[in-house]
Amino acid sequence: MVMQHVEGQDKGKLVLFALSTCGWCKKTRALIEDIGASYDYVYVDLEKGKEREEVIEMVKKWNPQVSFPILVINDEKTIVGFKEDEIKEEIG
Amino acid sequence: MNDFDEPTADEVDSYYLKVKKDAESSGYHLNADVEFTKELLKSILINIKRYGHAACPCRLASGDRQDDLDIICPCDYRDPDLVDYGACYCGLYISGVILSGEKKLQPIPERRPSPDEREEMKANTGFKISTELSKPVWRCKVCGYLCARDKPPEICPICKVSGDRFEKFI
Repeated sequence: MVMQHVEGQDKGKLVLFALSTCGWCKKTRALIEDIGASYDYVYVDLEKGKEREEVIEMVKKWNPQVSFPILVINDEKTIVGFKEDEIKEEIG
Repeated sequence: MNDFDEPTADEVDSYYLKVKKDAESSGYHLNADVEFTKELLKSILINIKRYGHAACPCRLASGDRQDDLDIICPCDYRDPDLVDYGACYCGLYISGVILSGEKKLQPIPERRPSPDEREEMKANTGFKISTELSKPVWRCKVCGYLCARDKPPEICPICKVSGDRFEKFI
């Protein structure tokens, strides 16, 4: 799995599972970058073969519905979907 | 990052015009935020190149047409989502209340069953009515159009999706 890192302010450990084609995922990335937080992201749709299966299994643990985007904060809290207010409240 | 060329601006523009025309001729509206809408349509073009079918850009497609049938755009969930939320899951199609500005476009919950639920549904496909009909009735799973004939039409005359999006209804 290829995690991409984006530098920024430390707002805790932020991992974003997203799709490269999804409009709401793009808005979520733009929001995190507006806030200026450091985070890692992976485009699940671009993963292939065994790595793809592995990342989907990981995604299922955070969100059994396997819908995107999924923002995982400090390996504890998840925000599914572009919930602007909730994201701002958590990391803004 | 991709294994193929990105669609050109011209390809996106002509696809936009076609989808908009099809939508409006069957009573639907595309999102009036043209930049957002074109970005989604560009993503659908990418999915066509990648998978061979127009998989929803906001959902994880498997690449297997049979598994992805319900999420080929326009998806099986568009019309119920337009009714309940005024927009489809991606925000590509919107209803009149959003178009007029009466309601603001918001991300909506996912209606598609989870992968586990879909597996279960595959196992239980029992839905039978015994009747004396001269022809079977086919139902378009996208728009609900019904027709009585031996096989579904090649293209839904109402919403223009392909014939494999029909189910045997009666």
